[in-house]
Amino acid sequence: MARIVNSMNIQNGIKLIGSYSLLMKRVFVKPEKWRIFWRYFFIELDKLCIQTIPLIMIISLAVGAVLVVQTASNLENPFIPKMYVGYMVRESLVLEFSSTLIALIIAGKVGSNIASELGSMRITEQIDAMEMMGINSAGFLVLPKITAATIFNPLMMLISFICGLIGGWMMVVASGMITVEQYVDGLQYAYTPYFIVYSMVKMAIFSLIITSVSSFYGYFASNGSLGVGRSSTRAIVVCSFLILISNLLITNIML
Amino acid sequence: MIKLTHIWKSFGEQSVLKDISTVFEKGKANLIIGASGSGKTVLLKTIFGLHKADSGDIYYDTTLFSSLNPTEQRLLRQQMGILFQGSALFDFATVEENIRFPMDFLTDWSIEQKRERVDFCLKRVNLSNVQRLYPSELSGGMQKRVGIARAIALNPKYLFCDEPNSGLDPQTAIIIDELIYEITQEYQMTTIINTHDMNSVMAIGDKLIFIYKGEIAWEGTKDEVIYADCATLNDFVFASKLARKVKEMHTIS
Repeated sequence: MARIVNSMNIQNGIKLIGSYSLLMKRVFVKPEKWRIFWRYFFIELDKLCIQTIPLIMIISLAVGAVLVVQTASNLENPFIPKMYVGYMVRESLVLEFSSTLIALIIAGKVGSNIASELGSMRITEQIDAMEMMGINSAGFLVLPKITAATIFNPLMMLISFICGLIGGWMMVVASGMITVEQYVDGLQYAYTPYFIVYSMVKMAIFSLIITSVSSFYGYFASNGSLGVGRSSTRAIVVCSFLILISNLLITNIML
Repeated sequence: MIKLTHIWKSFGEQSVLKDISTVFEKGKANLIIGASGSGKTVLLKTIFGLHKADSGDIYYDTTLFSSLNPTEQRLLRQQMGILFQGSALFDFATVEENIRFPMDFLTDWSIEQKRERVDFCLKRVNLSNVQRLYPSELSGGMQKRVGIARAIALNPKYLFCDEPNSGLDPQTAIIIDELIYEITQEYQMTTIINTHDMNSVMAIGDKLIFIYKGEIAWEGTKDEVIYADCATLNDFVFASKLARKVKEMHTIS
């Protein structure tokens, strides 16, 4: 019995990957009209990226501040210089928080938005209407989302990183746990520009995963509003899982 | 003209369409009627290619649909106008953008030409000053009219309407029926309408196809339906007491 269930799961998994690949094959084709593509590219850029900036800024400021408090309170050994607080905040932000954790937050906000938008269009036959007009609905609806997020979100990583550092600085000034000079010295200590590149590459790949997987679940939503809700939830769960797995792979490859 | 020969369609074990063969003529309102779940919508979607028939052939004039490659199928689809049951207007676009949508993608017209065509289509469906409104700001009847305006935007040869007057009050339903009928005759389109509204049947049914459990149980015109001796058709068409009395009176006279 367990064997049958396992083989069915494998079959479903292969079917899912196959459907996803076929959809992506239809998405990554030359747009029918570039003027229309660019118009929707900027609409999606605003909707998926620009409108997410305030949320990312607030979270990053708060996390930067918390990192300072946690690191400073754990570095009470007089033999460890206080400037290590700044160093550890910077490393935590650049290596993991501003890419992976921000990507998980974006998956929650943007992923559900994409899946529910496309799911609603599917169940109200709007996607069918496009197909029947002879228009490549997958290319028209999904490609601007993927390109906008994949191009812009690495900048979002930078914004998050800078906000995190500012949040840390604000906490240093407010609490006086260490001096501003110590904090700034730490930020400058053993600085490796490659980590920024690594983090931006990660963010680009995570954005590709978030937009394409959410689009896939939304595009094939069925069974009315319940189905839309289900596809939205599945999109977030699968995106989060894939982000964590790919984080592991990219880190092994790039570091 | 659209010709169907021996169309079969099933979903899993369930056979939904069984050996459907008929001809839908140009310049006429061809109505597919039948109870809910009889296979009307599946038949309509199979005709315009949203579902693939398991077997059988669909001819658009002399062109066999299944013999076309995907590019040719897309070109043929550009000659089809479709009004979906829920209108299927794009939420993200205004009325003008909705009607302009197929023109933006499929023509090289200038913006002035497109605007002119949008105004013409809206005028044709008796709507004005709605260009900048979003679908959610329109009533059900207005949404249907915008749906029709979008369907005729590229002057199609074939028009498909899935339950065009579902959810509308009887007066608005009659207006929508008349509009579809006028457009069909004016532009000599092959129009196929999926409905279970008896007012539509009696008003515009140039040709009626009654589907019962996935099969064509009866074919005829609105004038013949009253004298039909098909029991399942009579149960469906003359379901109300009033309708049965009317039939009895006609039969006696």
